[in-house]
Amino acid sequence: MSTQRQIVESTLARRYARESRFQWYGRISILIGILFLGFLLVTTFLNGYKVLLQTYIQLEVDLTPAQFGGEITEESIAGANYDGIIKSSLRAEFPDVSGRKNRRALYGLISNGAKYDLRDMLIENPAMAGDIRPIWLLADDEVDVFMKGRIDRNQPEANRRLKDNAIGWIDRFIEQGRVEKRFNVPFFTRGDSREPEQAGIFGAIMGSFFTIMVCMLLAVPIGVAAAVYLQELAPKNRITDLIEVNINNLAAVPSIIFGLLGLAIFLNVFGLPRSVPLVGGMVLSLMTLPTIIISSRAALAAVPPSIREAALGVGASPIQTVLHHVLPLAMPGMLTGAIIGLAQALGETAPLLVIGMVAFIVDVPGGPMDPGTVLPVQIYLWSDSPERAFVERTSAAILVLLAFLVALNSFIVLLRRKLERRW
Amino acid sequence: MRKSAISLVALGLITATIHAHARDHIMIVGSSTVYPFATVVAESFGKTSGFKTPIIESTGSGGGMKLFCAGVGVQHPDITNSSRRIKKSEFDRCQENGVKDVVEVKVGYDGIVLGSSKEAQRLDLTRRDIFLALAKEVPNSDGSESLVPNPYRTWADVNAELPAIKIEVLGPPPTSGTRDAFAELALEGGCKTFDWVRAMKKSDKSAYKSACHTVREDGAYIEAGENDNLIIQKLQENPDALGVFGFSFLDQNADVIQGASIDGVAPEFELIADGSYPVSRPLYFYAKTAHIGVIPGIQEFMDAFTGDAAFGDEGYLTDKGLIPMSAEERQQFSTAVRNRTSLSM
Repeated sequence: MSTQRQIVESTLARRYARESRFQWYGRISILIGILFLGFLLVTTFLNGYKVLLQTYIQLEVDLTPAQFGGEITEESIAGANYDGIIKSSLRAEFPDVSGRKNRRALYGLISNGAKYDLRDMLIENPAMAGDIRPIWLLADDEVDVFMKGRIDRNQPEANRRLKDNAIGWIDRFIEQGRVEKRFNVPFFTRGDSREPEQAGIFGAIMGSFFTIMVCMLLAVPIGVAAAVYLQELAPKNRITDLIEVNINNLAAVPSIIFGLLGLAIFLNVFGLPRSVPLVGGMVLSLMTLPTIIISSRAALAAVPPSIREAALGVGASPIQTVLHHVLPLAMPGMLTGAIIGLAQALGETAPLLVIGMVAFIVDVPGGPMDPGTVLPVQIYLWSDSPERAFVERTSAAILVLLAFLVALNSFIVLLRRKLERRW
Repeated sequence: MRKSAISLVALGLITATIHAHARDHIMIVGSSTVYPFATVVAESFGKTSGFKTPIIESTGSGGGMKLFCAGVGVQHPDITNSSRRIKKSEFDRCQENGVKDVVEVKVGYDGIVLGSSKEAQRLDLTRRDIFLALAKEVPNSDGSESLVPNPYRTWADVNAELPAIKIEVLGPPPTSGTRDAFAELALEGGCKTFDWVRAMKKSDKSAYKSACHTVREDGAYIEAGENDNLIIQKLQENPDALGVFGFSFLDQNADVIQGASIDGVAPEFELIADGSYPVSRPLYFYAKTAHIGVIPGIQEFMDAFTGDAAFGDEGYLTDKGLIPMSAEERQQFSTAVRNRTSLSM
């Protein structure tokens, strides 16, 4: 007896120590994970939130009848030279700026997209024409970066994109209270642009929306039907075993392979156009199908056999058993699988590369047949652009994508809470 | 459920095939170096012309040529960008696939820069230094006419006038056009300064090419991917490293990055434009004549690209870092566009 007790006592301290060490390993791992994630989120957020505000400059814009060929009509408003109007207003502001190079720098204060904004403003509200009036115009991205404090004015002039004279002009606008940072509407309503101040995320959001819709419409019904058949109705034999093994393997195939498959079949055989969300959605649905089938089968398998037996026992046919009893109970699990698959598809770029969705697309797609790109692709394209103002846009696009993913995931959690049954 | 899903797919395919015959936007593929310039033209074209904004994919010069030369028809691209001239083999492939008439347009130049952090000492390199520092095999330093695996570890080993910093160069991978051009202009330029290697060009062309174009793989040259912004960031963190990237990235990051002078010439806008900076290359696009009139706006897009407002001395492309051609050269190519002069090789 005493020897056993001695053994226990002599090893007890070591066993306690081992247990506490093991707990500490776990805690440290979690801490490292949190640190990485926190670092990622904080840097992305610190870069990205600045996009919410965009610099505008108030300019006394000369909209006297002379600018519209003497007469203000609907036609003359649509056809006026707004580029010239903005430039002459800038010249009137700083009459002593002379020389081609200096003038160019002066015109560079205002975004080159402002002329289209001004035209749209006037077409919408023709009553604005006829006077010299103060109008807030979109500033160039260099000005925006400067206003956000990311250009150091103490640097030697040669090292700055924004030269001394431009900073002087901006300072004068600031003194007069005519520079303002406003909520960045264009970022949420426009498509891509090569000018950072005009670039928006909306085109990519719509592209992602159509792509995921197509993906969902194809993958969810096919995946669920396949899972129900395989799990509930199919005979157990070699063929179904083979299919099962293959589905499990497909889930682990790298996504680019599905892209190449899409290129070979959808584009080359069926002759579908490049760069459209329809093809993107079809390719992604190929990719998500295995995930959906596997998780749907797991959900079906989790329904207790007693339910089936009871249904069969009161005389329901196998199909009625499945449709009336098993499927509704397996639904939450199936939906979870479907949404996880779709969330994965939402973040995917590799298969889209080969079917031409990694492209510069300005026009916001209006349907699945219009060329479009998706959010992760937009992030990739912006991260590769030389202009510095794209850094914050890249981060902001990441935040938008994360927001969508969080929304999808919280939807899953809610759904599960609401529908889940425990036995 | 399954049946209806299948018929849905079939329906989608049918309607899509019908749609495919009516593409109304220009499709452009090709070089990632020309991409930042072509996209600016496309965007302004889309806003001003009334045509749809062209769609531009960045596939790399070689990938773009492959797609472009695959055939004539709406499913094939109309224009491909290239950071080098079309190769004879690519041209032949085009001809074989029925792409007979191709308009060649040079749009300007791009300088390739060896940059470093502003905190580092600015290097003054020759192409010979670059070759000796980065080639896989270099001429034996004892003077015998043989190649030995690159023994140099620091810049001072290469050239006693340079600082004794470890050789560490971040640059694009072999799939990149920038890498090709860098090998051809900088490495080969330095390689040719050895007379006996130069003589090899006539006697054994492939040995010459492999001697002059092969970059060392022992860690001194680090493949940093195609993302130039990443290289810029890494340079800021490591002042001892140099990076290889396009001039537009130096232009945008002049407050933190400096470019090494090569053969005594600094990478500055004017010096690249007048041809004195030795490592610069022409940028092109190629258009299919057969698509003009079928896809709306191609001729107008080419006119917009070759207008003085775009690729001229003061055009908006220079703001993005494109180095313009001389007035005569510009004239030559805008005339070629107007006459749709077909390329022959």
